[in-house]
Amino acid sequence: MSVLLSTHKLKAFYGDFQALFGIDFEIHTHEIVAIIGANGAGKSTFLKALTGLLQVDKESVFYKGENLGGCRPHEIVSNGIAMVPEGRRLFPSLSVAENLKMGQFTGREGRWTLKQIYALFPILEEKQDMPATSLSGGQQQMVSIGRALMSNPELLICDEISLGLAPIVIKEIYAALGKITQEGLTAIIVEQDVGTAKRVSQRLYCLQEGRVSLQGNSDEVTHDEIAHAYFGD
Amino acid sequence: MTYWIDAVLQGVLVGGLYALFALGLSLMFGVMRLVNVAHGDMVILMAFIGYITTQTLGLDPFSAMVVVVPIAFVIGYALQRGVLNKTISKDPLRSLVVTFGISIFIQNLLLEYFSADSRAIYSGGIEAQSIQLTDGLAAGLLPVIILATAVILTFLLQWLFGATRIGRAFRATSDDHDAAALMGVNNAHVYAIATAIAIGILGVAGIYHGMRTTFTPTDGPVQLIYAFEAVIIGGMGSFWGTLAGGMLLGIAQSIGARWDPGWGVLVGHVMFVAVLMFKPNGFFPKTR
Ligand SMILES: Nc1ncnc2c1ncn2[C@@H]1O[C@H](COP(=O)(O)OP(=O)(O)O)[C@@H](O)[C@H]1O
Ligand SMILES: [Mg+2]
Repeated sequence: MSVLLSTHKLKAFYGDFQALFGIDFEIHTHEIVAIIGANGAGKSTFLKALTGLLQVDKESVFYKGENLGGCRPHEIVSNGIAMVPEGRRLFPSLSVAENLKMGQFTGREGRWTLKQIYALFPILEEKQDMPATSLSGGQQQMVSIGRALMSNPELLICDEISLGLAPIVIKEIYAALGKITQEGLTAIIVEQDVGTAKRVSQRLYCLQEGRVSLQGNSDEVTHDEIAHAYFGD
Repeated sequence: MTYWIDAVLQGVLVGGLYALFALGLSLMFGVMRLVNVAHGDMVILMAFIGYITTQTLGLDPFSAMVVVVPIAFVIGYALQRGVLNKTISKDPLRSLVVTFGISIFIQNLLLEYFSADSRAIYSGGIEAQSIQLTDGLAAGLLPVIILATAVILTFLLQWLFGATRIGRAFRATSDDHDAAALMGVNNAHVYAIATAIAIGILGVAGIYHGMRTTFTPTDGPVQLIYAFEAVIIGGMGSFWGTLAGGMLLGIAQSIGARWDPGWGVLVGHVMFVAVLMFKPNGFFPKTR
């Protein structure tokens, strides 16, 4: 398995405020890596750095043999990294189908078409002409995931897709995600629920105040290690 | 009775021109939340470019549009990409100040080259022709052509927004520009396309303006006011609303002028203020 994406001493700032202090991270092709950590640990910031929403040093992000740091978001998604952002971020003036079509903006071809998304989430076909934000939370999350898939990414990044959803809906969403990743899609999953994070991933990283406080194989890290890595001593 | 019907008819016809001024303003605000204070001066700039084109190339005004519209499109694209994109932020003051500066720049540039003399674009006699509707009712041929152009452009813009890939990108980036960027939308480019279309329309509007009336380098701000009023009266977010807003403004001005020739423009302003007070979202706001 080859390294698909890695970061090296990745630092990120909001103005003068430093949110990430040198993150070393890597993910291999076909791997699912979870990122856990307390609120405000820097998980979303890390994902923003990977997707170009936050500008970082050129050498700090390496993807398929190229430096991605400092690239703009539209360039990064064209290179095959798609994000399901925290809070879904659907376009309220667009219908469900139009939101999904926005995912196709890069024109990247591959397995995922509107038809395939509807096969994965049949409810979306039924509601395709409705305003996207009129759907239930779980259905909106399906639109957000479908939209990201429509760009036919090599690396899918999901930021807290279970936030605010009922347990049964979370199960359904993760079941769909499991189907997708079994086909070989590489994914980074940010998840607050440690149990879910461990179950869906092969490896995990824990962030604490902008630093990696723990990393390891998901079935090997212990409860105590995680508790310690979450909050420090 | 015919007298007042005629007033409404003439108002609707004038409204066609106001709508042409207003469509681009509505477009830029809709996509970027950017109020282009130099919009009226660009109407006049395009009238002058149209004037030069007809004079030097010996073209009739309609053929001149084929030259002026692409020039306007390029100016719009370059202006947005080179200058205005840098002013877009949560604070609307920056773009207001910068476009105000551009307004003054255009006026002075035109004054420098053309002096304060008034000019007109010679339209080959079309401005004197009219269509007799009934006994006491006639519509000028040129105003009818202008109104038809406004209706067609409104339809095209509405179609562009509703049914095309770039239109989806316009709406998406207007909703959430970061999320749009994550989809692969290059906001700097999409914004520049929006402004290019907005100013491109002024390539048509400026020439029509120059065919209808004489113009001087400092006429821009008045055109901006009319365009702005049309957008507000119509309601943000729908081009059909903007078209209707232009017509309502035209009707108010026309009826006011029949009362007292000096009152026309004032009655238009009064209606604008009344709309702001009682229907601040305009008559046809977008319903989500
Ligand atoms: N837009 C922002 N501007 C300034 N500070 C921010 C911004 N977003 C996040 N932060 C700060 O950066 C740190 C990490 O936040 P974030 O990455 O959102 O954490 P997480 O996703 O792990 O909950 C926090 O201290 C947060 O307050
Ligand atoms: Mg977060």
